This record gives sequence, structure tokens and C-alpha cells, in this order.
Amino acid sequence: MAEPDDRDLEVLLRQLAPRVLGAVLRRSGDFDRTEDAVQEALLAASQQWPARGMPSNPHGWLVTVASRRLTDQWRSEAARRDREVNAAAMQPARAEAAADADSRPAADDTLSLLLLCCHPALSMASQVALTLRAVAGLTTAQIASAFLVPESTMTRRITRAKRSIQEAGARFGPPPDGDYADRLNAVLHTLYLIFNEGYTATGGEQLHRVELTSEAIRLTRQILRLLPEDGEIAGLLALMLLTEARRPARTTEDGALVPLAEQDRGRWDAALLGEGIDLITATLPRSRVGPYQLQAAIAAVHAEAGRAEDTDWPQIVALYRLLERRAPSPMVTLSHAVAVAMVDGPAAGLELIAPLENDDRMTAHHRLTAVRAHLLEMAGEYTEAKAAYRLAARQTTSRPERRYLSLRADQVSLPNSGGGGRTTPRTAG
Amino acid sequence: MMLIYSSPATWDALSQEERDQMERDHAELYRELVRSGEWVGGNPLADPSQSVGVRVRGGVPVTSDGPYAEVKEHLAGYDVVDCDSLQRALEIAARIPDAAVCGVEVRPIMEVTGMEM
Repeated sequence: MAEPDDRDLEVLLRQLAPRVLGAVLRRSGDFDRTEDAVQEALLAASQQWPARGMPSNPHGWLVTVASRRLTDQWRSEAARRDREVNAAAMQPARAEAAADADSRPAADDTLSLLLLCCHPALSMASQVALTLRAVAGLTTAQIASAFLVPESTMTRRITRAKRSIQEAGARFGPPPDGDYADRLNAVLHTLYLIFNEGYTATGGEQLHRVELTSEAIRLTRQILRLLPEDGEIAGLLALMLLTEARRPARTTEDGALVPLAEQDRGRWDAALLGEGIDLITATLPRSRVGPYQLQAAIAAVHAEAGRAEDTDWPQIVALYRLLERRAPSPMVTLSHAVAVAMVDGPAAGLELIAPLENDDRMTAHHRLTAVRAHLLEMAGEYTEAKAAYRLAARQTTSRPERRYLSLRADQVSLPNSGGGGRTTPRTAG
Repeated sequence: MMLIYSSPATWDALSQEERDQMERDHAELYRELVRSGEWVGGNPLADPSQSVGVRVRGGVPVTSDGPYAEVKEHLAGYDVVDCDSLQRALEIAARIPDAAVCGVEVRPIMEVTGMEM
């Protein structure tokens, strides 16, 4: 085969990563060392293949190299430690696995690995980091730069995550039946976090984060292919596609945030929107409705409006009401309130957020203040609205959000701002 | 970010043994945070008498070195950690020995990411 270019090679290696890890892991039963060995094999491939050409069986090449590294490591460790005990411990796992080595479908391994990486013994940050490395095949350096921490910090986090898995006695394979639903939920949540981490990047120096959204979408597609009947996986994928579609319009060239109501909808990615809408439309009638499906449905209603003023707000209110019943959270209440204000006026929205003012989770939260500012502006209470925007700008820890909220505060005071006449939402989606 | 404050009054009141113990406690905390993967960075800072102020006025930089009026408390160092919650950050701050002597301020670092509204 011709020499692959760097980008193609990286994509191929990432696709192969979980399959290779799964194949070697079934034989070794040692997640920590096997994962290291597979990373080394991937690194070797990225260095050797461009120079020497791709092997005819890339998967087999990686499995062989990773297995060899693993054996080398065992050998050198066995020399240091008790050789007998070590060998005995390895034997049963190897014999058992040899029978079905490489016979199971590759996607099966991906799901098993995801379930292992999202084990409840791990912190959220560790689940995310380990998933990106072991399943998505990213290097520690890539993950560290995506999360803006030093590589040494990420190395420690991953090492610790692997140790936690070991200490919890978690094994590669299907989790106990009673745990399955919870564990799958944890996987979806981790994929959702990975997506969000990438999506909230605002350009420029953060460009490499964009890969996180495509990795999250790629992994979600894979598990949907495995479990096509699961409505929440479909809902999550639809939500990701519909959100990703807005990316080109959500920031200006200099990285400033553009609110949903002011986005140039012509710049939304029509192919992603179409796929997302089709997916959620096909899913909703045939499965038990869950939070991801509802959020995807809300995103789809926004997507179907050619202009912000064409948005079907009553439909969005109805969906938020369901979402609040199914998965209540202060953030859902805030979005619900903005939608309600579009249908029943700002007073109704303010009434809905009033209880949040006493909610510990929301005290001094910039999102609550920002929504209150927006509703006050809608209500024509310009002085209070301006003060609230200023307060929200001080409360946020995000630089693009601070810039946006400060700008909103400035604009409220403009004599011709027409604040009261605005009917578009500032906080939605 | 953990902003670690000190003051001549509190520092001078400590015995050398107590100061050495603070160093050791801080080093132990550092090792723990490195192990847990929460450590991002940090440094002790030199005495404020060693600092130089820079102001640009009318495009012209003007530097001013001390002596500064002695302030009651000054920034003596900082640690940057990456942890799961504010609660955890406060736990770590309480472990910084200076918290028991002068004070530690915990402040989030601004992110470069954001959600459109």
C-alpha cells in the first residue's frame, strides 16, 4: 500500500486502537500494562509505517507488537519479582482467552472498553481521560493539551485511573446485569462531557479541542451501531450532531460568542442538521423517552426554524416541561424559563427562576444572573437588567462569556438599543 | 489557583523549626497532588521588596522598584491545581500550611471556553 499521509494514518490508528487493546487484553487480563503496550505499539506504527510502508495487516501488526512489548515487560518484571507467582497468575487468563482470541466482533471490544473506562471507582475527570486514551487512541500529550493541563498532570491522572480500576477489581468484559444500565449511562455521560469540552472551545489557540467533538461523535456512533435499539444513545448522537452543526455560526472569527438568536443560520451545517433531525425523528416514537432524546428534540425544533423569529416556542416549552419532569436540574429550569418568557412573557419566566435564587447550587451562578438580566431586559427594566448583566460578567469564569455579558450590559444603556422590542432569546439551547 | 498570603508579622513570629515544618508539610502536599494528578503548577515568590512595578503611561513604560510601603499581607506564593470541585479545592487550600498562619485565597482561573447564550 502507498505511504499513508499523517492525518489518514492517525485516523486509522485511532480506529484500530480499541480493537487492538481488546484483542491483547482478552489474552493478558492486565489492563494497566496492556494499555501502555498498545500505546507503545501505536507510537511505533506512527513512526515506522510512513517510512517503511503500511503492513498488509495493520491490526495484526499492532497486536503482535503490543503483545511483544507486554511479554518483554512481564519478563523484566518477573526477573525482578517472584517469577513463579507472576507466571502462575498469568496462565489461566491466557489459556481461557486463547480459545476465543480475535473471534468476537471489534465493536464489542469498544463497548467493553468504554464500560471499563467509565467505571464508577473513577472520578469524572479520570473517566474522560482514560476513555480518550484507551478507546479513542489519543496520546497523553494530546489529551493534556485538549484540557490545558501539563502532560505530567495528565499522565498522573491516567496512571491513577488505571490503578483505581485495578483496585476496584474491575475486569474487561460485560458488567454484572444489575449494573449494566447505570454503567451504560456513565458511558453516555462521559461521551457527552468529551463533546462539551470540545464544543465550548472558542477558536484560535483552542483549535485542537475541536477534535474532541469528532471523537465523541465517532465513539457514540460506534456504540449506537452496537445497540441500535437504545433510544438514549440515538438521542445523544442526535444531540451532538445538531449541536455540532451550529459550530460554524456560534463564534465570530476572533472567538467572540454569538447567541443562538443572532447566529447566521445559513452557516449551520445542513448535512449534520439533516442527519440529527432524521435520527431523533425516527427515535422518539419507538423508544422510552429520556433526557438526551428530549434535549435533541429541543435542538431539532431550533434547527427547523429558518429564522430565530420562526422558532416554535410552545413546542420547546412543552419539551422542557417533559425534561424537567424526567431530569430536573437548575440548568434545565433556566432554559425552560427563557422559553416560557417567549410564550407567556418575561414575568412568567422570572417567576419560574425565582426559586433558584435560594438554591445552593445556583447562588452566585452567572447563568442564573444572565437569564435574570435577559428577562429583566425583555420586561423593560433596563436599569436592573444592566446591573444584572454586569454582575453575571463578574461571576463567570469564562473569558468569552465575560466579554459577551459585558457587551450586553453596555448595550442595554444605548438609547436606541430597543431592548424592550427584542423578542429573541439570549439564553437558549 | 491557591494564592498564598504571608506577612512579616506572622512570619517573624515563627520559630525556625516551625518554618521548616511548614516547608515539609507543603512538600508533602505537593507530592500528594502530583500523585493524584491534580497538580498543575506553582511557585513560592520572593519577598515583595524584590519586586519591580511596571506602568505604561502615554506609551512610555515606567518602572518603579521599592521601597514599597510595608503592606500587612503580601502574596508569598501560589499553587495551581486541577480538581473536580470547589469543595476539593478548599480541602487542598486548608492543607497549605500558610492557611494556619496567615491565609490562602482560592480563586478560579478564567477559562478560554464558553457557551453561547
